[in-house]
Amino acid sequence: MHETDMTRALIQTVRDWQAAQPESAQIEKIHLVVGQFTCVEPVSLQFAFEVQTRNTFLEDVELVIQETPLMAYCHPCQQTYQPDIGRQYACPDCSTPMADIRSGRELKIDRIEYHSKSAEAHAPNC
Amino acid sequence: MHQTVDAALGINLLHANQAGADQNRAQFDRWGVTCFNVMSSPGAGKTVLLEQTLAALSSQLQMAVIEGDMTTELDANRLRQYGVPVIAINTGRSCHLDSKMVAGGIHQLEHEFNPTDLDLVLVENVGNLVCPAEFEVGEHAKVALLSVTEGEDKPLKYPVMFQAADCLLITKIDLAPYLEIDLDRIIANIRQLNPHVTIIPLSAKSGKGLKDWYSWVQGQVHQNRAVSPPPSQQESLAALTA
Repeated sequence: MHETDMTRALIQTVRDWQAAQPESAQIEKIHLVVGQFTCVEPVSLQFAFEVQTRNTFLEDVELVIQETPLMAYCHPCQQTYQPDIGRQYACPDCSTPMADIRSGRELKIDRIEYHSKSAEAHAPNC
Repeated sequence: MHQTVDAALGINLLHANQAGADQNRAQFDRWGVTCFNVMSSPGAGKTVLLEQTLAALSSQLQMAVIEGDMTTELDANRLRQYGVPVIAINTGRSCHLDSKMVAGGIHQLEHEFNPTDLDLVLVENVGNLVCPAEFEVGEHAKVALLSVTEGEDKPLKYPVMFQAADCLLITKIDLAPYLEIDLDRIIANIRQLNPHVTIIPLSAKSGKGLKDWYSWVQGQVHQNRAVSPPPSQQESLAALTA
């Protein structure tokens, strides 16, 4: 259940972010990007988030998880391809091993949607 | 007035773990110590491999072990018989070591032993092919084990682990004749994901392949020492350039 640890890291990061805001920010949605070539299962992450945020400042906050596919680039063929996870990772055309992953390894907090009490509030560039 | 604001963060979920791993590696570098993260499924033969390695190389290398185990000290006790520092970390319910746990082990090494005398720290991770692959602990190289009894398809099913490995040991090859297993097929499945990984088939029981493993270990220690020389050499280098 490493999703539990991931969620703990997520909560800590969001807490730090919130504390750094000049105005009180009431968080509504947290957007994550999770690649398919990671060890994270979105359903488990949703479940862990729901359980671990109960009775905290993140209770009822929506976790939106966007999955990104595994995409690799084949240098001999000069093209990207989508490996068939669990079956075939080498290039389907020339069988060159998967060496250059272009997407699918993401595990990031992409953005946060929140209510700000300040009319002039704008998105900080972190 | 209330308004909805959208803040771009772009922060990696594993940011804190990664920062901790970088700190651990920097500490190893200050001591002139190389660190391996040894990972596999439960029962692939990590502990017996470490036993053989400690027995064979302790005349040439000063080694210590940081041993991750969910609840017991059984493995740590096995390794202590070889007269090397063994730091046991009980991970509790966590199925992998993270950089914070290993930082605790490093702290203990520093206070109970003399880490600048060491050449190599072997971190034995919790038996698990999934989670440890995502949590770097401060290692210079990842060593993954796959035993022949686990089947040819495991690299395809647990790709993140096998894609990240720097050295892949195919263990228990003494059992291969009793199984319907194609060693070349295992190697081809690993190469699909990780074309440059060093692959060493071995048996800790018969001893076959162990010499290749020991040469790889020594090569890594020497290579790493060339990049970050131990403190004594750092001082003499500083004296030369002063």
